[in-house]
Amino acid sequence: MKSMLIVAAAEHEENPLGFVWVEFVLALVVFGILLFLIGKFVTPRFEQTYHERTTAIEGGLAAAESKQAEADAKLAELEAQLADARHEAARIREEAREQGAQIVAEMREQAQSEASRIVEHGKAQIEAERQQAVTSLRAEVGGLATSLAGRIVGESLDDDARQSRVVERFLADLETGSGAGAN
Amino acid sequence: MNPLAMVVKADEFEAPGPSNFDLPGFFDSGVTKPMVLLVLAAALVFAFFYLAIRRATIVPGRLQYAGESAYGMVRNSIARDIIGGHDFRKFVPYLVTLFFFVLVNNLFGSIPFLQFPTFARASMAYALAAMSWVLYNAVGIKRHGLVGYLKLQTVPSGVQAFMLPLLVPLEFFSNILVRPVTLALRLFANMFAGHILLLLFATGGLYLIQHVGGIGYAAGPVAWVLSIAIGFLEILVQFLQAYVFTLLNAMYLQGALADEH
Repeated sequence: MKSMLIVAAAEHEENPLGFVWVEFVLALVVFGILLFLIGKFVTPRFEQTYHERTTAIEGGLAAAESKQAEADAKLAELEAQLADARHEAARIREEAREQGAQIVAEMREQAQSEASRIVEHGKAQIEAERQQAVTSLRAEVGGLATSLAGRIVGESLDDDARQSRVVERFLADLETGSGAGAN
Repeated sequence: MNPLAMVVKADEFEAPGPSNFDLPGFFDSGVTKPMVLLVLAAALVFAFFYLAIRRATIVPGRLQYAGESAYGMVRNSIARDIIGGHDFRKFVPYLVTLFFFVLVNNLFGSIPFLQFPTFARASMAYALAAMSWVLYNAVGIKRHGLVGYLKLQTVPSGVQAFMLPLLVPLEFFSNILVRPVTLALRLFANMFAGHILLLLFATGGLYLIQHVGGIGYAAGPVAWVLSIAIGFLEILVQFLQAYVFTLLNAMYLQGALADEH
């Protein structure tokens, strides 16, 4: 093999820089085909993938940003709502306190008026009873006076001693009688 | 070294040379190993990227991540950083294809059994350089018009008028004529030299052991160990050359598109 090659080389010692048409054309054709295939099937897909990735990343960032903004807005809203609710609670408490005070005042007033009404009623009743007592007393005193007068007139009234006896007896009668009659 | 002399003295060490790159066709068909490797590289590059991005998701899997890292390296650190903001997108397919096609073809030089850097065949490197030349000039002419483009490429701004007769041919020479040549030769020569170096250490080691004897038994394995080290160096060179080739393409495109010199 070695000697065969050497013989072959000896027969036409080729200049390594020599031009070989077949190889030149073949290299052009093969490269051309490869370039066509790469340009048609490979680079567009790589570029598309890069583009999609860029879009995806940018889209993701944008989405995250909008989510963040949304969350911030939500938080602000909730805080506002919370403040509102606190305010409302305070207002309701204040109102309740006012209402309570009002109710207490009303109650007190009512109780006062009731008490005074009861007192009034009592007074009226007492007055009426007194009136009744006075009336009956007056009638009784009249009767008693009449009977006393009759007794005084019935006895001789010339003697002071007797007179006073009569009166004392009368009074004693009166006391015992009124003791039963007054009640 | 005269190859005839080698045949006569088969015992003498025959250094690897250009003839090692002139491989016979398979089954006398004219289809040579570099040709097969060229097609294989294209198939591998396309298969890798196609599978990586076939089911693209926002959150990439392992293969997609690898594909995106590879694609993104050329797209961002070569195309975008050099060509710039608004123009770079339409050159991304070209630069990605170029980088990975050249890279895989170069790495074939270090892959067991394949072990041949395709662009050690100069004509294949010429093809890529020619394509680059056509492309950047076409882009420049389309952007600035023929005269505008020639002016952009050959008349440096901020130079006094009397210097122009000297500078214009020089600029034309360097920007229009020499670029494709250096582009092709840089790639070809690196691959060619690297492969020869590996061959030299590998066959040299074998020769030392087989034919020298004595010290050869010690020196041969040393050569092989060194060939491994050089293999790693070659992987670096192979990557670097693919990168430089693509980087220069991007710079030429940028230069053709630029508004000011």
